[in-house]
Amino acid sequence: MLNLLLEPLGYEFMRNAIAIGVLVGILCPVVGSYLIVQRMALLGDVIAHCVLPGLSISFFLGIDILIGAFGSGILGALLIAWIRSQTRVKVDAAMALTFSTFFALGVTLITVLKNKLDLDSFLFGDILGVTPHDIQRTFVIAALILLVVKLFYKELLFYTFDKTGAQAIGLPINTLYFGFMAAITLTIIASMQAVGVILVISLLVGPALTAYLLTKELHQMMIVGAILGAIASIAGVYLSYYQNLPSGPAIVLVSSSLFLLALLFSPSQGILTRSPQLEPATRFMNRFKFLKRHD
Amino acid sequence: MLEVQQLAVNYRGVRGLDPVSFQVSPGQLVGIIGPNGAGKSTLLKALLGLVPASGGVVHYCTCPLHQQLERVAYIPQRSQIDWDYPITVWNVVMMARTRQLGWFRSPGRAAKEIVKAALARVEMIDLRDRRIGELSGGQQQRVFLARALAQQADLFLFDEPFTGVDKKAEAIMLEVFEELRSQGKILLLSTHEWGQSLNQLDRLLLLNQCLIADGSPQQVMTPENLRQAYGTHLGKPLHQDLETSFFC
Repeated sequence: MLNLLLEPLGYEFMRNAIAIGVLVGILCPVVGSYLIVQRMALLGDVIAHCVLPGLSISFFLGIDILIGAFGSGILGALLIAWIRSQTRVKVDAAMALTFSTFFALGVTLITVLKNKLDLDSFLFGDILGVTPHDIQRTFVIAALILLVVKLFYKELLFYTFDKTGAQAIGLPINTLYFGFMAAITLTIIASMQAVGVILVISLLVGPALTAYLLTKELHQMMIVGAILGAIASIAGVYLSYYQNLPSGPAIVLVSSSLFLLALLFSPSQGILTRSPQLEPATRFMNRFKFLKRHD
Repeated sequence: MLEVQQLAVNYRGVRGLDPVSFQVSPGQLVGIIGPNGAGKSTLLKALLGLVPASGGVVHYCTCPLHQQLERVAYIPQRSQIDWDYPITVWNVVMMARTRQLGWFRSPGRAAKEIVKAALARVEMIDLRDRRIGELSGGQQQRVFLARALAQQADLFLFDEPFTGVDKKAEAIMLEVFEELRSQGKILLLSTHEWGQSLNQLDRLLLLNQCLIADGSPQQVMTPENLRQAYGTHLGKPLHQDLETSFFC
């Protein structure tokens, strides 16, 4: 058994993969918790798609991809906020239009600028090809964001729970919003290598959502989410090693399986375990309540 | 003294509030009433600069109010809050101390004592470790009242505090309002409740886009004023309704 766990660690690419997987697994649920409690989960997906044009341009100019991807992701988020504030267009529609446009622009730029950018690894991640430089960068981003979350925890709690109230006591809500956007964008860039932009939303939302079913406070949700995220990453990498599965999807599937378990068995909110005061038969019938017609 | 001069709101080209002017002295409990969409919430928000005013000034103790927001406690409408948010009663009330604690600092003993006292006042201390979503509507409103108390403000703005609450919560709220009034605080609340609670108010502002009437409840709730605010068809029956419940 022990050998089963140790054998893959003999390879450097596996050690790197696990290192970045754990970092991303811890970081994503912390930031993702804020997305969930603000009902903005899809924004993670949107920004992930929005980074592509910037990525392509920084490849073309030969600058660090972090700069281009960050600028382009933030631009997308700001554009959505701007459309919302200036028109009657609702946020979901603004998001759908913005992210597809940015994505199309990115793919076009890759062709036009004749980039050597590997679209496949951008979309689906390439955790086995991680370099020590990637790990370093992810570590710095993760440390920075976790520190900021710790320092501004009470302000962010107020802001995400009651925006009007936060504004009413004079908190700089626009700065908080911008900082939050920056944190999401950085998190996505840090996670790109591990799971790719299509699947990063799953790591942002999955473990945090699982934790949401198990806890009653935001900070607990973040801590439990981070533990689950790290577990999902490690388990996913091992699965992909032994079963020859694509590693990004393996991580995501483990994370989703954990959610399914919590959904069924969470002590307070699990479908099979909640409301013990009801008779088993009533509980069983309640499960099919949704079939009832509401005329 | 709270002084509002020619405060107007014009939001994205939509008329929100025509210029209103009024003054409130310390120790006054003022109700803002009017039909849906009359601009009651807009007025409260515009006082604090939460929606951009298209004109006018709001002064408190001769200085602009938006420069002294730490002296204000604002309680939003129930519908603005996501009650599934993972947070306990205790931490909701602790939010009141955010501004006073300042950046980077976590609550110490003094803050905890204030929060404890506020929760005790609204009789919610036993439920402090509950998740906010597990409470009834009235209990949730009491938690927010505790949050306002813990801010130790001088000016209290409540947006629809009586909506969706039970009798007990209403009674506690009215008691607390009374205490705050006797301490010389200023209280403004928007409401469309027409029951006995109107009797407790010192003053009413009747609003429908513009300020229709301003005075004691008896002065304001005349058939003529109500007709202006609610239209010919509704104004008359509303006044008859009032005569049976309110002026008795």
